[in-house]
Amino acid sequence: MDRHFITRGVKRCSTGRFLLWLAPWVAMLLFGLYCAGLCLVKGLNQTNMDNRFAFGLWIFLDLTVIALGAGAFFTGFLVYILKIDALKSVINSAVVIGLVCYSGAVCILAVDVGQPLRAWFTFWYPNVHSMLTEVTFCISCYLMVLFIEYLPIALKNRKLRDVPSLLVFEHEMHKVMYVLAGVGTFLSFFHQGSLGGLYGVLRGRPFAFREGLGIWPTTFFLFILSAAAVGPSFILLTTWMVQKITKKRLVRPGTLQLLGRISGLMLAVYVLLKTVDTIVWINRTSPGSGFPAEQFYAWKPFGVWILFAEIGLFGIVPAIVLLAPKLRARTGWLVSAAAMASIGVALNRFVQTVQTLSVPTLSFDKFMTYSPSWQETGTFLAVVAYGVLVYSFSFRYFRVFPEERELAIEAAQPDDEPALVGRY
Amino acid sequence: MTSANGNNKNKRYGMTIDVDRCTGCGACMVACAVENNVPPAHEGATERKGITWIRVFKVDNGEDYPGKRTAFVPVLCQQCGEDTPCVHVCPQQAVDVDPATGIVGQMPERCLGCRYCMAACPYHARYFNWWDPAWPVGMEKTLNPDVAPRMRGVVEKCNFCHGRWHAAKQRAAAAGKKEIQPGDYVPACVEACPAGAIRFGDLNDPAGEVARGAKNPASFRLLEKLHTEPKIYYSSKRDWVRRIADAPRPPMGKENLRG
Repeated sequence: MDRHFITRGVKRCSTGRFLLWLAPWVAMLLFGLYCAGLCLVKGLNQTNMDNRFAFGLWIFLDLTVIALGAGAFFTGFLVYILKIDALKSVINSAVVIGLVCYSGAVCILAVDVGQPLRAWFTFWYPNVHSMLTEVTFCISCYLMVLFIEYLPIALKNRKLRDVPSLLVFEHEMHKVMYVLAGVGTFLSFFHQGSLGGLYGVLRGRPFAFREGLGIWPTTFFLFILSAAAVGPSFILLTTWMVQKITKKRLVRPGTLQLLGRISGLMLAVYVLLKTVDTIVWINRTSPGSGFPAEQFYAWKPFGVWILFAEIGLFGIVPAIVLLAPKLRARTGWLVSAAAMASIGVALNRFVQTVQTLSVPTLSFDKFMTYSPSWQETGTFLAVVAYGVLVYSFSFRYFRVFPEERELAIEAAQPDDEPALVGRY
Repeated sequence: MTSANGNNKNKRYGMTIDVDRCTGCGACMVACAVENNVPPAHEGATERKGITWIRVFKVDNGEDYPGKRTAFVPVLCQQCGEDTPCVHVCPQQAVDVDPATGIVGQMPERCLGCRYCMAACPYHARYFNWWDPAWPVGMEKTLNPDVAPRMRGVVEKCNFCHGRWHAAKQRAAAAGKKEIQPGDYVPACVEACPAGAIRFGDLNDPAGEVARGAKNPASFRLLEKLHTEPKIYYSSKRDWVRRIADAPRPPMGKENLRG
């Protein structure tokens, strides 16, 4: 039925099967929209957040999906600025993932604030000292960049290419893609950093507070590094998953290995600096605020294990696997390490958001617990469903993986060795 | 700004709270709620979702009978004076410090309800309006006309009864005075405390009761090492009470402080 919209030379499932795939995600989206509607109409009393747990599931997941979506800016930087052409085969996918992650995060934020209609106040009365102002400005601008970057991908649709003016427009867009990649990298650097700074500047929360390098706390830089590390890993993971689900070769194995290698390199740098930062925090920053650091880990269930899990199990281990050529060459190891790196960064965001609020600051206060309500969970599921739907439509109707057609031809001629295998 | 007689023209309003005098009666909490049009808690509100601009905590020394001792600690916005944590995080300048009074103000009309200030406050003295404010039928007639009720989705907190400050300014102006005289402006909690445990005044007035009380060797401020320079000074002659100012101690073995 929709075959005229599908790119020439690639195979897609039947419309019926595609609709069947969409059905549960649409159901999840509708349920999530109902939950979000409840929160907007009845208020945030629908959530399990409270005066002590002022931030909850949404902020944790916002920070996580934005870190995972960092592959868009970092891959754009690698392809357009550093000219690593081997990654061109995943750049479109990275843009789609980035768009989904960022737009989803912005939608959740709109539900998360008590007065969403006042969001424009941040632009009208900006407090230049607030990290949240920096986040709002950079995310808004970068989301626009992502929309513009997404346009040429959408305009490559077979039907849309029949319209001459759109074809010219798409061609012209490619000329400015280098500028957009540069702008996107700049904006992303700042908002990934300012998301880290959100908690790092909280002097009243010694668990999260970090000393500054220049005007920014160290978490500003650690968030940039961790996002740059996990972005390629998440692209690797999603590409692998799409290949598994569609049972198609979409990129050459060497591309995934290259993504893994870049991710491993960034992860190693991040883990090293995170370790130094933690040592400084334990020995200087935290005691200087009157809070011996070890006491933060005496509140169960958040023991020292969480620190070791974050830095060791989900930091050093995946970094080693991704940096070791022999291990990286095995898909199982590669994908597992990418998943571990992603979990590690998610754990870091969990620690920054949830653990920070759960440890008491006043001596007569208690350890706080929180579990999200079904309305909060449902609203987040809407973002997941929205992401899957946007990606599914993009994959079906646009050339998300430019090498797919070539690889399909190569697969038909098994004697031809893929050029990039084993190079990375 | 300093005047010719050496007095600082800018006020720095603060409080002293004598913990040894506080009986935990809660009159300050009631007076505060009535004065500032804080609505009765919604039926769905939990201990952590209610609004209490001032809240009295019960603490004890962690010992069992007969050594057990208790005290009551009223906690309100500590009116931080240095690099105020909530002020610099607010993305749209809905929180500010009035240089003329030192009072940390909150503008609910501009508040986005992002609650970043609540995460930033180490004293947990900020409250979010989780529900629309509502009063039982007839009770709305008791509302204070000088204070605007806050809507759902915004943050609020103690502002040293700002409505009273405005009223005192107007009275002073009507009487031809340029400044509010000590005693003309007193927050509701101070007025209501039957034990006289809470005192209020200008910390810049060295002869004033509050400035002198702040220099009392028995006085302390909560979490002083955070260097937020709170303008609420507590005092107690008991060592274990003064230790409530320090960081919490996790439950390793026996607790020595319980809230």
